[in-house]
Amino acid sequence: MSTIERLPLTVDHIRDDKQHIYEAEPVLSARKLVITFGRVIGLDGVDVDLYQGEVLAVIGDNGAGKSTLIKCLTGAYVPDSGQIYVDGSPVHLRRPQDAREVGIETVYQQLAVIPALDIASNLYLAREERRPGPLGSVLRMLDKKGMKERAGGAVQNLGIQTIQNMGQAVETLSGGQRQAVAVARAAAFGSKVVILDEPTAALGVKESAAVLGMIKQLRDSGLAVILISHNMPHVWEVADRIHIQRLGGCAGVITPQSHDMGEGVAIMTGATTLEPTP
Amino acid sequence: MSSSTSAAAAEFARRQHSPLQRVQHLLHGYPWLSPLVLLVLTTIVFTILNPRYISPNAQSLLLQQVAVIACLAIGQTLVILTAGIDLSVGAVAILAMMVMATLAAENGVPGLLAIVIGVTLAVGAGLLNGFLVTRVNLPPFIVTLGTLSIFTAIALLYSGGSSIQNNRLPDIMNVTGRTFSIGGFRLTIGVVIVLALYAIVGFALSQTAWGRHVFAVGDDPESARLSGVASKRVLLSVYTVAGLIYGLAAWIQIGRAGAATPNGIPDANLDSITAVVIGGTSLFGGRGGLIGSLLGAIIVGAFTLGLSLAGVDQQWRLLAIGVLVIVAVSVDQWIRRVKA
Ligand SMILES: Nc1ncnc2c1ncn2[C@@H]1O[C@H](COP(=O)(O)OP(=O)(O)OP(=O)(O)O)[C@@H](O)[C@H]1O
Ligand SMILES: [Mg+2]
Repeated sequence: MSTIERLPLTVDHIRDDKQHIYEAEPVLSARKLVITFGRVIGLDGVDVDLYQGEVLAVIGDNGAGKSTLIKCLTGAYVPDSGQIYVDGSPVHLRRPQDAREVGIETVYQQLAVIPALDIASNLYLAREERRPGPLGSVLRMLDKKGMKERAGGAVQNLGIQTIQNMGQAVETLSGGQRQAVAVARAAAFGSKVVILDEPTAALGVKESAAVLGMIKQLRDSGLAVILISHNMPHVWEVADRIHIQRLGGCAGVITPQSHDMGEGVAIMTGATTLEPTP
Repeated sequence: MSSSTSAAAAEFARRQHSPLQRVQHLLHGYPWLSPLVLLVLTTIVFTILNPRYISPNAQSLLLQQVAVIACLAIGQTLVILTAGIDLSVGAVAILAMMVMATLAAENGVPGLLAIVIGVTLAVGAGLLNGFLVTRVNLPPFIVTLGTLSIFTAIALLYSGGSSIQNNRLPDIMNVTGRTFSIGGFRLTIGVVIVLALYAIVGFALSQTAWGRHVFAVGDDPESARLSGVASKRVLLSVYTVAGLIYGLAAWIQIGRAGAATPNGIPDANLDSITAVVIGGTSLFGGRGGLIGSLLGAIIVGAFTLGLSLAGVDQQWRLLAIGVLVIVAVSVDQWIRRVKA
């Protein structure tokens, strides 16, 4: 079994039908993550456990280290110290493609889409598919038509109606549509963990609801989801557990059942502190 | 109320279809279109000035004259697509040329082996540029400004600064200047090699994952990295492939000039960058293509040939090229503001 010591869970606050999720091995864990940027401390020894079939929300004020935390979990930043585990085994994520290869897909806050490329090319960026036969294996020719078709299918399956023409350059899309492209990419290819950093920040009411619905769908299909959001009603609606990030550290993990929004925000802003679990 | 909004939308849609905006969209989708139009216009003007300009003879000469710059422009296009610039194009080519010629003429190295050593050296030079850009994180402008001097100095020191005439060089080194005719046109082996290189690199850029990654890294390196593209490896490969192409350009230059001369390609930097920029590739990276650069190189050569056939002072060429570069970059800026 695993070599990592489990973090305490407030199990009595987890709904009965969800208890079994927390008996399994965490799919993604981190212990004592530390990262500094010159004199700025980005993360000050943060622990995380993420279980299959749950949505873990991460909330915190601006600059609390939410994005930095998920960048460390996805290979975008390499932490100064600390250890990351996937399925209980220690891993070294040096580059974003290392995380992708173990099934972790991410929507970064800055979206990370390429304006000059079209939607299909963005969805398949760095996982391009080649034509069958010698055209693909010898000449390494891309299967542009196939990728475009499959991209269109994936977007349709996700119920994202705001993007239509897969051949459209991303630079001609609105901010919300770009966000939809980034979300579609992560949702379509995530096989184990999907991480979304403020995925609804630029979205309208209907589109936000669609993304929340998609998050639930991903969870129900057995994936693990990390959702970063400043929108507390969204968080309390979809989260199974809520990791509160404060000043580069973790101020505690609560559940929507154990604490209401007001209490969550109070912990987030430092107005109250979470009494340590026995 | 809804009727007034739909009327406004319809009006907006009409406004979007203004001829100027249609042109903007067209140029955005097909970056090689503006150099093509420019080439047709220059051809018409120079033919009016002197009808001999359009003769197969003159056009063949034009292709032979632009072969080396067109070849260098392939490497330059790759580098500029990644939002870089290569000021060491000419220096790398001269270094490769002087080394292969000196090895063959002075040290009795067999011709083919000498060419391979020269081209390999150019690959190494490209690799060094790429290493300094990706690992030491220096701006491409500074890196290639430095290596421009370094490679030029090494080429001069190694060759003693003197030319080597083709009668002292093995056949295989001169073969790129050998001509053959098809239908009134007289092409050289060098021209054929350049066209083949355009086809190969053009295919790689437009049809392979590597090509997509070159565009992605040039457009937004951090997003490309976060999307899983090995940005630094792509950059390194671009500078290395560019070096390989400059090495082949050295071989073509020997055939074209009938000698290996340390100051054989004096305007390599300006002309190759001009060809790429006129060709519709953006200096800001991520946009453009290879066909445009070929057209751009031909346009640069067309001014030399056309003005001399028209009996006009060559200084006008310099003036015209300068104007073209500024116009081309302005057009690029305008195209980049394209909206949906
Ligand atoms: N690349 C970097 N270089 C320097 N400092 C950084 C870098 N990335 C993050 N930081 C710093 O780390 C701290 C945490 O930033 P982070 O982006 O993780 O905040 P956040 O919780 O995501 O905030 P927001 O809600 O505004 O997105 C900030 O003080 C920030 O300035
Ligand atoms: Mg953030």
